[in-house]
Amino acid sequence: MTAPILQVKNLGMSFGGIRALDELDLEVNSGEIVALIGPNGAGKTTFFNCVTGIYQPTQGDVMLNPPSRSSIRLNNLKPNQVAEKGMARTFQNIRLFQNMTVLENVMIGRHCRTKSFILGAILRNKATREEEYQTIEKSYHILQKMGLEKQANDLASNLSYGAQRRLEIGRALATEPFLLLLDEPAAGMNPQETAELIELINKLQQEGQSILLIEHDMKLVMELSHRIYVMDYGRRIAVGTPEQIRNNPVVIKAYLGEAADA
Amino acid sequence: MFSLKETKRSALISLWFMFLTFPVLVIKVDAIEQTVYWRWENMLYIGLGSFILSIFGKIFFERQKSRRERQIAEKIEKHSLIQRALRDPKYLYPLGAAFFLFAVTYPYLFSTYQINVMTTALMYVVLGLGLNIVVGVAGLLDLGYVAFYLVGAYSYGLLNMHFGLGFWTVLPIGALLAALLGILLGFPVLRLRGDYLAIVTLAFGEIIRLIMENWNDFSQGPSGISNIPRPGLLGFDLTLDQAITYLYYLMIVMVLVTIFVVNRLQNSRLGRAWVALREDEIACQAMGIDKTKTKLTAFALGATWAGMVGVIFAAKTTFINPASFTFLESAIILAIVVLGGMGSILGVILGAVILILLPEYLRALSDYRMLAFGAIMVSMMVFRPQGLISNVRRHYHYRPKKEQQK
Repeated sequence: MTAPILQVKNLGMSFGGIRALDELDLEVNSGEIVALIGPNGAGKTTFFNCVTGIYQPTQGDVMLNPPSRSSIRLNNLKPNQVAEKGMARTFQNIRLFQNMTVLENVMIGRHCRTKSFILGAILRNKATREEEYQTIEKSYHILQKMGLEKQANDLASNLSYGAQRRLEIGRALATEPFLLLLDEPAAGMNPQETAELIELINKLQQEGQSILLIEHDMKLVMELSHRIYVMDYGRRIAVGTPEQIRNNPVVIKAYLGEAADA
Repeated sequence: MFSLKETKRSALISLWFMFLTFPVLVIKVDAIEQTVYWRWENMLYIGLGSFILSIFGKIFFERQKSRRERQIAEKIEKHSLIQRALRDPKYLYPLGAAFFLFAVTYPYLFSTYQINVMTTALMYVVLGLGLNIVVGVAGLLDLGYVAFYLVGAYSYGLLNMHFGLGFWTVLPIGALLAALLGILLGFPVLRLRGDYLAIVTLAFGEIIRLIMENWNDFSQGPSGISNIPRPGLLGFDLTLDQAITYLYYLMIVMVLVTIFVVNRLQNSRLGRAWVALREDEIACQAMGIDKTKTKLTAFALGATWAGMVGVIFAAKTTFINPASFTFLESAIILAIVVLGGMGSILGVILGAVILILLPEYLRALSDYRMLAFGAIMVSMMVFRPQGLISNVRRHYHYRPKKEQQK
C-alpha cells in the first residue's frame, strides 16, 4: 500500500495554558473520504487551522505526500504555501469574496497555479493572454461542475446560501488540490441542499479527489466517509469505519455524556 | 402624499437649523457703536430654506428607495447612464474622441491661468489613480501618500542641484525611489489593516516631511530648493507660455498612460488578487495568494505614480519646500478617491477634476468658497455615498462559453 497522502503525527497546539490539540495522529489515504467529528469545542477547526498553516502547531509533524513527489513537511509554511503544495480548504463560516463575481472567486483559486505579474499585466503579451484564457476556461468548467455557471457574472453575495457553500468548494478546487479540506460543508443547509451536497462530494470522490471533512451532520458523515476520526478535548478518542464508530461506546459517551447509573 | 408626521419632522429640522445658525446669522455686534443688530429676517430665510430643502430631500430619498425596490423586484441590473455609455462602443468612441479633441485644443482656447489650473487638476488625476490602487483596489487605507509625492519632487530637486540631472532622467529615478519607499513602508505595516494602517501611514507621511524640514544639510530645510529647471523639449528654448503648454500636454500624455496601465493592472491576475485581499485576507491566503508580495506590489505601484507626479510638480513650480507636502495633500488625494468612487478609474478622474477645479472656480464666492465647497462635499456623500461613479464590476463576458464551442 502506498503512503497516506496526509500524515499527521503527534500534533499538539497550545493557546497559553490551554491545550487545544493533544498528541493527535491522523492519516488520509489517496482517494479516500475521511471525516473528523467530535462535540463542539473538541478542536476540529483548530486542527484544520494547524494543518493549513493559519496556526503554527506547537508540536508534532504534518507531512504531505503528494503522488509522484517526495513528501513535504508543512509545519511553518504559510497558508498560501500550503495551498500551493496542494491542500485547499473551505471555511466553517463562509469566506467568499463577496463583492467579486462568482467566476472571479474561482479565478482567485487559480492564482497560485498561474504566473503573470506586473509586466505581464501591463503589456498583456501572448503568454499572459493565453494564461488568462485558460484561467477563465478552467474556472468556468469548475462552475459547471458546481452547477453555478448561470450565475457566473453575479456577485458572490447575491448567491443563495447553498450556492455560496458550493462556490467555496469550487474555489478550493480551482487550486488543483490533491487533498480537499471541508470545514462543516453542510452547516446551515436544508435537507435538500444537504442531499445535493452529498451527491457533489460523492462525484468528486469518484473523480479521485481525496477529501477530509469536519461535519456535524451525522447522516452526511455516515453516508460519505470511508473512515471517521472522533475527537474530544483535543484528543483522538476513536477511529474506524462508520459502522464501528456508530457502535463505539466511547464515542457515544463523548456525545451523550455518561449514563446516569454509571 | 406627504404625511403630517413628515411635515412635523421637517419643521423640527428647520427649527434646529434656525437655532444653530442663530449666533452667526442673526446677532451682529457692532463694537464701535456698541449696539447689537438683530437680523431676524435671516432666521426666516434659514427656516424656510431648510424646511423646503428637507422636504425635497425626503421626496428624493423616497423615490430612490422605491426605485431600488422595484429594481430588486424586477431583477433589473442597475447601471447608471455613464456606466451604460462606457460599456457601449457606440457612445464610448464619440465621447472619447470629443474629450480628446477638447483636451488637445484646450491650450488654444483658454488663458495661461486656465492651462495652469488644468495641469494641476491633471496631476491630481494621476495621484488619485495611483492612490486608487492602494486604497480603492487593495483596500489599504493609506493616509501618508504624500510622502511618495515628496520623494519624487525632492529627487528631482536634489539630483538636479547636485548632479545636474535633467527632467527626463529623473522621471524614472523618482518613480523608482518612490516605489522603493513604498516597499520600505509596506514591510512594517504588512500585518496592519484599517484604522491601524491609517495611523501608521499618517505618521510615515509626517515623518518624511519633518525630516525634509529639519535636515538642513540634505534638503535645505524649510527654505526649500529653488530654480529647478522646467522639462526640456529636445534642447529647444521655451518661453514661459510655451513651457506651460508643454507641461500641459505632458500631463495629458501622463494621464493617458496612467489610465492605460492602471486599467490593465486592475483587470489582471494581480488586480484580482488585490481585490480579493481587500475582501477577505484569510481566505485570500488560504487560496494561495502570497499576502506579502501582493500588498507590497500594491504599495510600490501606487507610490510609483506619486513619485512621477512629484518630479513633474517640482518641474512645474520650479520651487519646492516641505510645506507643499502636508497631511492636507494626502487628505485631498484620498478625498478624490473616495468622492470619485473607490476602485473606479473614471470616478477618480471626475473626483480629481471636481475637487481641484471647484475651489478655483468658486473663487467668485470669495469668503464663502470653502463653505460652499464643504456643503457640496457633504451633500455628495449624503446622496451618493458610494462615490460619483461606483466601480463597475468586471464581467468576463461569456468568453469561455463561446470558445468552448469551437
